[in-house]
Amino acid sequence: MSHEATTGNAHVAHAHLDSHGHAHAHGHEHHEQHFITKWIFSQDHKVIAKQYLITGIIWAIVGALFSVFFRLQLGFPEDTFPIMEKFLGHWAKGGKLTPEFYYALVTMHGTILVFFVLTAGLSGTFSNFLIPLQIGARDMASPFMNMLSYWFFFISSIFMFVSLFVQTGPAAGGWTTYPPLSALKEASLGSGLGMDLWLISMALFVVSQLLAGLNYITTILNMRTKGMKMTRMPLTIWALFFTAVLGVLSFPVLLSGFVLLIFDRHFGTSFYLSEIFIGGKALSHIGGSAVLYQHLFWFLGHPEVYIVMLPGMGMASEILSTHSRKPIFGYLAMIISLTGITALAFVVWAHHMFVTGMSPFLGGIFVLLTLLIAIPSAIKVFNWLTTIWRGNLKFTVPMMFALGFVSLFISGGLTGIFLGNSALDIHLHDTYFVIAHFHLVMGVSAFFGMFAGIYHWFPKMFGRFMNNTLGYIHFFVTLAGAYLIFWPMHYEGFAGMPRRYYDYSAWESFKQFGHLNAFISVVVIIVFFTQLLFVFNFFISIFKGRKVTNPNPWGSTTLEWTTPLHPGHGNWEGDIPEVHRWPYDYKDDGQGNDFIPQHIPLRPGEEEH
Amino acid sequence: MSGLIVTALVVLVFIVIYQIAKASELATILRGEEKVKSQTNRLMAWLMVAFFILGMIGIFKCHESLADKMLPESASVQGDHYDTMLIVTLALTGFVFFVTQILLFYFIYRYQSTENRKPYFYAHNNRLEVLWTTVPALALVVLVVIGLKNWFTITDKAPDNAMVVQVMGKQFNWLIRYPGADGVLGKTDFRLMNDANNVMGLDWNDPAAKDDIIIENGEMHIIKDKPVQLVINSRDVIHDVGLPHFRMKMDAVPGITTTMWFTPKFTTDEMKAKTNNPKFVYEISCDQMCGKGHYSMRGTVIVQTAQEFKEWLDKQPAYYANVQKAAAPEAAPAEGAAPATPPVGDSTAHKAAEGATAHK
Repeated sequence: MSHEATTGNAHVAHAHLDSHGHAHAHGHEHHEQHFITKWIFSQDHKVIAKQYLITGIIWAIVGALFSVFFRLQLGFPEDTFPIMEKFLGHWAKGGKLTPEFYYALVTMHGTILVFFVLTAGLSGTFSNFLIPLQIGARDMASPFMNMLSYWFFFISSIFMFVSLFVQTGPAAGGWTTYPPLSALKEASLGSGLGMDLWLISMALFVVSQLLAGLNYITTILNMRTKGMKMTRMPLTIWALFFTAVLGVLSFPVLLSGFVLLIFDRHFGTSFYLSEIFIGGKALSHIGGSAVLYQHLFWFLGHPEVYIVMLPGMGMASEILSTHSRKPIFGYLAMIISLTGITALAFVVWAHHMFVTGMSPFLGGIFVLLTLLIAIPSAIKVFNWLTTIWRGNLKFTVPMMFALGFVSLFISGGLTGIFLGNSALDIHLHDTYFVIAHFHLVMGVSAFFGMFAGIYHWFPKMFGRFMNNTLGYIHFFVTLAGAYLIFWPMHYEGFAGMPRRYYDYSAWESFKQFGHLNAFISVVVIIVFFTQLLFVFNFFISIFKGRKVTNPNPWGSTTLEWTTPLHPGHGNWEGDIPEVHRWPYDYKDDGQGNDFIPQHIPLRPGEEEH
Repeated sequence: MSGLIVTALVVLVFIVIYQIAKASELATILRGEEKVKSQTNRLMAWLMVAFFILGMIGIFKCHESLADKMLPESASVQGDHYDTMLIVTLALTGFVFFVTQILLFYFIYRYQSTENRKPYFYAHNNRLEVLWTTVPALALVVLVVIGLKNWFTITDKAPDNAMVVQVMGKQFNWLIRYPGADGVLGKTDFRLMNDANNVMGLDWNDPAAKDDIIIENGEMHIIKDKPVQLVINSRDVIHDVGLPHFRMKMDAVPGITTTMWFTPKFTTDEMKAKTNNPKFVYEISCDQMCGKGHYSMRGTVIVQTAQEFKEWLDKQPAYYANVQKAAAPEAAPAEGAAPATPPVGDSTAHKAAEGATAHK
């Protein structure tokens, strides 16, 4: 059957996206897309995922480099580092970082890592890549909106990047940018043009997240292939679904907080400002509340923690199960605990504000709700442990990272119980204990989830493997480094050592940690170069990695591995497979395999799990 | 130029490492992939065991070297309750930490892939789920009960005999105000502030303000065993009064007045003896990011006996008298000098710690 003869136009090949039935007929017509539509303004969810990932990697390098700079200052406050002047110019004259830029670096490190890397880079990558592939859809509900979401993120990135170079420096009020510090130019250099650019960038970022989130939710709810009931979705999809729900419901509140801040900065309103004397004069603002901003910020800020955490949880569940050759334990309990975490995430935000002078009664309520959220987290940990119990553990690189994820999640999660309990939070609030807590749990642990995902799905993304030896080096150095950096910080926190200090040497109460700070800084530098090794491995493996020959290299049950080695736009060449079973049927299929993919019909007499 | 060389060097090292790594993978294929895979698997299991053992030794060593630096002796009555609660929480979470990490690494070692291992198809068990829902829930109930009890005690009203001291944060130091002989903090208005002669915006139309004492170097004197209530606010951006030795902390927010109270247990001299450190001093750290001088926003607390405190206080001149004296030699009162003009509100009826409970 010669289709070309009847149409004479290769562009009809697009039809394979619309109609499953005729896909074969069009298969051989795959026309060469223009470079720009294929790789730049692409609407293919797989390409957009890679765009998110690579942008995220670039941002991660910038954010991590900033931490190296400020760790040099913290570890060696007496010394000068001429190399810093090369990078930072007049902000580090003679190799000595200025306090203004120290605070700018701290602020940008937080903003970049939390939003650009662990939100856009993480859920942007894996929601885009996995949702259509794992639920059996040819693309997102709206590929165009999906493309827009990336490009909003891109423009947002440009604004943030430009802000690094303005004369007064980028925003420097901490990643939470509390007013009045962030609202008044007189208060800090970073509250000038840098702060405006920060706000514009973040507003665009919120737009990008909303476009993306709505798309993810719609796609998951409406575009599952035949037989893919909600209760047959892999846990990755459940986790990414709740991630999107969290974002869609809480990012708008953050945006409203930013809009009010812009008004206070430029249009003379007093939403957050009251009774301020600064720069030698009293301002006219009266009646606003600086605490209002904190409520608006943390209404996103706390769900944001779970936006960062949930994708890792989902991917770790999937990867632990696959590489243990054993079903995930408590599939339903996992879904219920994800639901619980999502619901509770919206009602715990004020535990970031126990020392703002809030009503003690309200504080009590937030203690209760906050500690409640530890229960679903505990359930997940025990389910992961039971998943690997009596498994047949294959220590591939993704498996190592998933195991590291569990270890770090426990270590970082437990300290949340200290901080969520208001009476204990009083002394620990804004100390290094907090730094240790959230870096372990939503920093490194989330990164381990992301690394596990990258190593696991790299073969699907690029048709090649990443180098294993480098992967193992990356794993062990990063895991050991994470503990060496953050474990001792708990001790500094117990001593009350405040975060966001440029120099501790004048403080009788905190200067005993000088050697420890130097030690931590040295480890940071080693870990930083190990991450560069990962980046190197990532990019070189795209072109030179060992080629994948088996379309299902890990022996996994989910649908993405039923696509061709190099899936085109539309994912499956023929019909989309139909799903007949749950995603974790790791058992004997009677033919020598230890797994049964989701699209294999039930055998006669076999009962569905 | 040296930057370029360093970059080139790093890239070169990476390429060398990569080539070695790649060669080892090629060798793998030559030696038979399955065989090498199982060797690698065993190696990784052992490396994880090694990591666990080294980690545990590391935790022990870390504790050994930092234990005496971590938690300074509690210097307030409230701090003692705090420390008890901290130890209970540490014990409970520490137990969970060790049990779960041991299980994790033991399973990694015990269930590493071997040729004959048949994974156990075990998908769910509701009894287990109930077990590990209720046990953590019960443990958390214990922590919540202890926590809320302490929380409501700490945030309760200060005792009637508490002395009142105002702490005002500004970029980048602390201003301390005592009510003076009348025991009443005079009225303030931020529109009356100026750095020359009215740093806290005292309203001179209020007689209660005229005997108020302001300490501008951030040195707060308080009395041993006497509860002290701090009335806290800020002149410009948000600061935070952090008192690590007393286990206390409260934000200083412009436009909002916050309070906290505690009872110091040891005088500064006693702490010097206890810590064996003649330079020991209670410090006030700013714990809320407030701008470029945040890290240097240091105040001190001197805890004294009642007698020592009285002697010290008697030597402090009232702020009003002080600025009058400073202004006098320069003849004519400079603009904005005391007494300032705009009277705000009723200057007779007011209470100590005005606005102490203003935030609702």
